[in-house]
Amino acid sequence: MTTRTIAVVSAGLSQPSSTRLLADQLAAATRDELVRHGEQVALRPVELREHAHDIVNHLLTGFPSEPLKQVLDEVTAADGLIAVSPIFNASYNGLFKSFFDLLDADTLGGRAVLIGATGGTARHSLALEHALRPMFTYLRAVVAPTAVFAAPEDWSGGAVDGALSARIGRAGRELAELVRRSAPSSGPADPFALTTSFDQLLRGQDA
Amino acid sequence: MQFGVFTVGDVTVDPTNGREPTEAERIKAMVTIALKAEEVGLDVFATGEHHNPPFVPSSPTTMLGWIAARTERLLLSTATTLITTNDPVKIAEDYAMLQHLADGRVDLMMGRGNTGPVYPWFGQDIRNGIPLAIENYDLLRRLWREDVVDWKGKFRTPLQSFTSTPRPLDGVPPFVWHGSIRSPEIAEQAAYYGDGFFANHIFWPAEHTRRMVGLYRQRFEHYGHGSADQAIVGLGGQVFMRRNSQDAVREFRPYFDNAPVYGHGPSLEEFTAQTPLTVGSPQQVIDRTLSFRDYVGDYQRQLFLVDHAGLPLKTVLEQLDLLGEEVVPVLRKEFESLRPSHVPLAPTHASLRAAAGSDSTVHAVDDVTGRAPEAAR
Repeated sequence: MTTRTIAVVSAGLSQPSSTRLLADQLAAATRDELVRHGEQVALRPVELREHAHDIVNHLLTGFPSEPLKQVLDEVTAADGLIAVSPIFNASYNGLFKSFFDLLDADTLGGRAVLIGATGGTARHSLALEHALRPMFTYLRAVVAPTAVFAAPEDWSGGAVDGALSARIGRAGRELAELVRRSAPSSGPADPFALTTSFDQLLRGQDA
Repeated sequence: MQFGVFTVGDVTVDPTNGREPTEAERIKAMVTIALKAEEVGLDVFATGEHHNPPFVPSSPTTMLGWIAARTERLLLSTATTLITTNDPVKIAEDYAMLQHLADGRVDLMMGRGNTGPVYPWFGQDIRNGIPLAIENYDLLRRLWREDVVDWKGKFRTPLQSFTSTPRPLDGVPPFVWHGSIRSPEIAEQAAYYGDGFFANHIFWPAEHTRRMVGLYRQRFEHYGHGSADQAIVGLGGQVFMRRNSQDAVREFRPYFDNAPVYGHGPSLEEFTAQTPLTVGSPQQVIDRTLSFRDYVGDYQRQLFLVDHAGLPLKTVLEQLDLLGEEVVPVLRKEFESLRPSHVPLAPTHASLRAAAGSDSTVHAVDDVTGRAPEAAR
């Protein structure tokens, strides 16, 4: 049986980070659901903070450092992606956007994605719908219907009504279902692969 | 093996004193660098072509013609000639003319140009970059090889009974390299025609070069031009040298930190590790350059970038002295001793004329006037 890989990208800046906490809970919910269906699961957590300088350098030079290249390959080769950002000034933070700006437009095409966000107030929760979801839609990813926002009140008081954990569970089930229905990933795209014959090029086709 | 320098032709502020050269100073510096290249025993000078500030070399054959008149041996080339936005008819004419004036000391490197706004200034669209490079180059080849051309394509007006003049010197078109950083279609194009492939190999990781050259070699063999290791490969490279490597690092760092393209990004140390940039002693440059062979195989041409990022002319000329006196003689000897006998050198006008064999006699007659040069006199 093939192992399903889930990349878990967190753009939290503080350490420890509530963004990472939410990402981990979403990852655990997804894994449990996949395991319940008899799948093997490998989680690939990515803390963007650790690659912040390399991400900026890539934006400036046009190519990734070796450690960042490994991360990009892991994310683009995963069967599913969990992407969680803190909300800054009513949108994803710059680190989150800068990282996904490094991906070519088609590298996440058809990929199952679960989005999440954290913020200082629940009034930011729709940033998931007006910022994160459209970005992944542009990247032609398949975004799970449930997006999970965690505000301070969700973390405090031990989540009395269990609303956050219920949303996490539902989101995890949705992502697991999308992953199960998709063919296993064929690995990262090869930008140096030749996809057109020279005769086609000469005749002005494709390219 | 051929060694030389290639220049982008950027006008950049010297970050150590805030001084920006005038266009006139930069243009004169470029040709001074070319003359110096011949003086110190290098083989090739190649100029970039750009049509937007802060770059000055918009008219490469004017510059190369001037250099041709003042040099004896130096091979004049480009890095790159914009095959997308130039009319292939004008390229055919300009470089054939240059060939005659330079007695055959001319070859070209085709490139697409990556600045979107430049394309519409010449009636084109960057989204057609690859199709333009394919169609225009295919026409250029015919213009140099067929006396009378009837042609119809997508990107320029059709040609009827057109003869590009002057015909190539001795009926032998200039050798052509195709330059690319990461477009496999261009490696394929070079392989298809059996032309040379030049990997930019500056500002980018060695892995790009390894993959692109590997693809080109494999496809060169596929198209029946010879075995993969007989394909004609050129590489860029970027160096800054002082006798003492610490002096080189100290002196180059402000230029690196503020350079166009990669400045204000990775550190000098990171960039040196990630790309072929070498800042250090002549021996370090020798060692690093020899290591290129490990991932591209035996290759035919090595061009160094030594004059960008605002480096003053005096410093650049000192770099050329070091290249000519200490680096290139060693590289020549080492590379030559490693090259298997079945791996060819880069084609030159003389070798291409010889390879044309009996044909060359026919082509030695002027295709347009029908007269041999002797008879014309």
